[in-house]
Amino acid sequence: MEHIVIIGNGIAGVTAARHIRKLSNKKITIISAESDYFFSRTALMYVYMGHMKFEHTQPYENWFWKKNNIDLINGFVTQVNTTEKEVILKHNGSISYDKLIIATGSKPNKFGWPGQDLEGVQGLYSKQDLELLEQNAPNNKVCKRAVIVGGGLIGIELAEMLRTRNIPVTFLVRESSFWNGVLPSGESQMINEHILEHHIDLRLGASLKEIVPDEKGKVKSVIVAETGEEITCTVVGLTAGVTPNIDFLKDSGIELGKGVKVNRFLETNIKDIYAIGDCAEQHEAIGNRRPVEAVWYTGRMMGETVAQTICGNRTEYKPGHWFNSAKFLDIEYQTYGWVFSERIKGEDEIHFHWRHPKEKLCITIAFDKGSKTFLGINTFGIRMRHEVFDRWLNDKKDIDFVMAHLADANFDPEFYRRHESEIVAKFNSDFGKNIVPKKKSLKRIFQTS
Amino acid sequence: MNTLDKSMALTGQPPKSLSLNQKLATVIGMVGLGILLLATFNVSFPNKTLWLVVSLGSISLGTLWFSWDAYSKKHPGIKNDGVWFKSMSSRGLWGWMAGLALTGFYIVLYFYPEYLGLVSGGENKGVIALFDPLSKLLSGNPASQWFVYGTLYTVAILIFGIKFLWKYRHNRYEKLRTFSVMFFQLAFAFIIPEMMARLNGHKILNGGSLPYYDLKSVWPLNYYNFESYRIKGFLSSGDIGFALLVFAILSIFVITPILTYRYGKRWYCSWVCGCGGLAETAGDAFRQLSDKSVSAWKIERWVVHSVVVFVTLMTTAVVYSYLGTDTSKYWLTKSTFLIGVAVLLTLVFGWAMIFKREQLQKDAQYGAIGYFVIIIALIGFHFFSGEGQVFLFKSETLRKSYSFLIGSIFSGVIGTGFYPIFGSRVWCRFGCPMAAMMGFQQRLFSRFRITTNGGQCISCGNCSTYCEMGIDVRAYAQKGENVVRASCVGCGICSAVCPRGVLKLENGPMEGRIDGNQVLLGNDVDLMTLVNKK
Repeated sequence: MEHIVIIGNGIAGVTAARHIRKLSNKKITIISAESDYFFSRTALMYVYMGHMKFEHTQPYENWFWKKNNIDLINGFVTQVNTTEKEVILKHNGSISYDKLIIATGSKPNKFGWPGQDLEGVQGLYSKQDLELLEQNAPNNKVCKRAVIVGGGLIGIELAEMLRTRNIPVTFLVRESSFWNGVLPSGESQMINEHILEHHIDLRLGASLKEIVPDEKGKVKSVIVAETGEEITCTVVGLTAGVTPNIDFLKDSGIELGKGVKVNRFLETNIKDIYAIGDCAEQHEAIGNRRPVEAVWYTGRMMGETVAQTICGNRTEYKPGHWFNSAKFLDIEYQTYGWVFSERIKGEDEIHFHWRHPKEKLCITIAFDKGSKTFLGINTFGIRMRHEVFDRWLNDKKDIDFVMAHLADANFDPEFYRRHESEIVAKFNSDFGKNIVPKKKSLKRIFQTS
Repeated sequence: MNTLDKSMALTGQPPKSLSLNQKLATVIGMVGLGILLLATFNVSFPNKTLWLVVSLGSISLGTLWFSWDAYSKKHPGIKNDGVWFKSMSSRGLWGWMAGLALTGFYIVLYFYPEYLGLVSGGENKGVIALFDPLSKLLSGNPASQWFVYGTLYTVAILIFGIKFLWKYRHNRYEKLRTFSVMFFQLAFAFIIPEMMARLNGHKILNGGSLPYYDLKSVWPLNYYNFESYRIKGFLSSGDIGFALLVFAILSIFVITPILTYRYGKRWYCSWVCGCGGLAETAGDAFRQLSDKSVSAWKIERWVVHSVVVFVTLMTTAVVYSYLGTDTSKYWLTKSTFLIGVAVLLTLVFGWAMIFKREQLQKDAQYGAIGYFVIIIALIGFHFFSGEGQVFLFKSETLRKSYSFLIGSIFSGVIGTGFYPIFGSRVWCRFGCPMAAMMGFQQRLFSRFRITTNGGQCISCGNCSTYCEMGIDVRAYAQKGENVVRASCVGCGICSAVCPRGVLKLENGPMEGRIDGNQVLLGNDVDLMTLVNKK
């Protein structure tokens, strides 16, 4: 019986294992040093905030693995021996494989800042990071102030977490506005305001120069590069992005770049070794995507894809239309298709932006200047229906169609106030159009005749 | 400070402490409860009206002040910070103490009302006497233990309803739903029946007496509604009485099926029902304590469907026992009634088996077949059993055991008393026959579903954690599958707590409602075809 070994029990590795099991009766072993059972990494913040206990973040009950004949090993892989086809574990010997899937995820970026390894400095990625945070910042008596470095999705989550324990937070964001390398300016501006509303000391255009230790080698303060200001703090959160977690593969002969290099079939340069999820790097980026995609959803898709290949149906990784989501404190964010920030968008990408006069709601819709084709939407505080946008992107609908049918795409809970008429009125006035918004139609939404 | 205490690593030192306002509010609320307790121990209060107002007033003020302090200063949004750190909401010491206190209250209420001051045939004493002025104001009669309970129940739904409204003030579905349960409790369950009692003996009722009737309560939830004394009450009370009886029957066979088809059972369980109303308001702090394991789901299906069988048998037996045998006196006789019940059950069962076979899970089929056989067999036994007996038992024995086991122990002592231990909907999930019957329809014949939004689920588990019915919502959402579950009461909290906007309660076409295929959007279409190939 062929033995499939998977390093990493995150969403990518576990999805691969589940689908291999569905398709075959191969022997499957998952190795992880992080946790005994699969948990949802994106939910760690809720454990610190007291919304859930750690076991609630585990999507499958503990009997699931035995029942499905998936072996779990708690161990740390130090080396992969590709000639002998075995992985070497730190304490418990080695395991030989017929096929190997590398799904080791990411680790927080550290850019060589002075003091970056001091006690009290940490990232937020793994279960161990969460446990460390519980020690470093159990309350606002132990942690007088935290400084968060890096204005991305993890940074704002960490800020939200610490604020639930009334810990003062200073948030250093290198850019001139929060996440504006990704978000168009109107959205980014709204999030800036929301961060301040939550009493987070947001410092825009501020980057880290160094972390200063006290006499015991613990964090004492940080120094801001731009101003030279010294901010006294107990904890420093490094949240300036993540990078593939592949150090253990250095001398393995597996081709590495930023991540584990893979082709479209998620195969590495060495036969029978695959890489999926955050740690995989495409030789060439797919469409507008990045070569390394550290996103929950892509990890899941790669897991499904590689399972097909391993079970004898060699399948290319072909993700569909881009989508993503996040939550910035109280504001939910969803995106379908591509909407680029002003910093990177092309000449032909036109944006329509609407923001609610009082509430923290806004949308940005991107369309092509010439053909008027709908390219994508960012939506904040208004939920949208994935299926509908996926269909519109497939059908290459134009912007006028999308504006007229916006009600079909709304996914807010029942009885929520609707904003289509204001949105379309703004669009009409911005672009000199005369579009009349159509009423929501169940027939169109569910495609029934 | 226990930063070195590794065993606390994941629970730490959380946002669980009470503010000064919250402490004061707690004291005020406790004073109100204290007055009730003193009255229970027969401390006599000279001015009952005043002390009753003071007591209920301080309970309300304390609760409202506490909630105001907890939510008003925060931004609208999800307010679950520290839920699993607080002793009360995470089965800590306070949770257990509250559970014991509530359970004790129910035991006294159901089985030892004399300790509350109930005196049969004399003046009330104790805490029941304290409620006499209010009862006389409403119905003209002195209070009973049920009046005390009804008042406290209504007050709880109202004040915790306001708490809930503040907590979910960003969510209009939750707000409207809560206004609705508050209204139905106050008007339909509390004021209208008390007022109706004033009419008893009036000429508008032909001098008859209506039974106490909470109009929103539908059989089999009010399992007693067709007992002999009630039917006599209805029939002796002129056109109004007759209309109420017709309404009672229509609510079972017409109103409930139509509304459940259109909106799912939530129209009742989360918008109208008093048990649901208490669970959603006073019980909201405990919703996360429900058991989500697959084994709990198995137990749930066996227990709740057994209750349905039990209540059907019991009601049939009770009605059967007071019907006559002579067709010339009244068209509905013992045998026509039994045949009618058997035909109706056969029709429903036959319809489900013929048209919905593939939607029924295997064990549900076994269960249905088994129970169906039992019912038919018992009805058959009747024809071989002697007078005074119905089926194998005396109908009175059946009625009494149902009333004791289900009506008192299950819905009260366990269902509500154990809120802080098992979560807020134990009764609705494991015990309520009405919920089970509507659930059967919701699963097979309804437009309601919780739509999963394409591939946006991140498996975080907030939905499952906060599902009071113990549904593992995430198990569906992460597969891109709609949630169509018999037990779902449509409270909408899974949708509210979802950080990625994945879940939406909605009514839509039945076609394609239950989509077992793993349509995770964003994936390659060809791959999905392969994945879905069985």
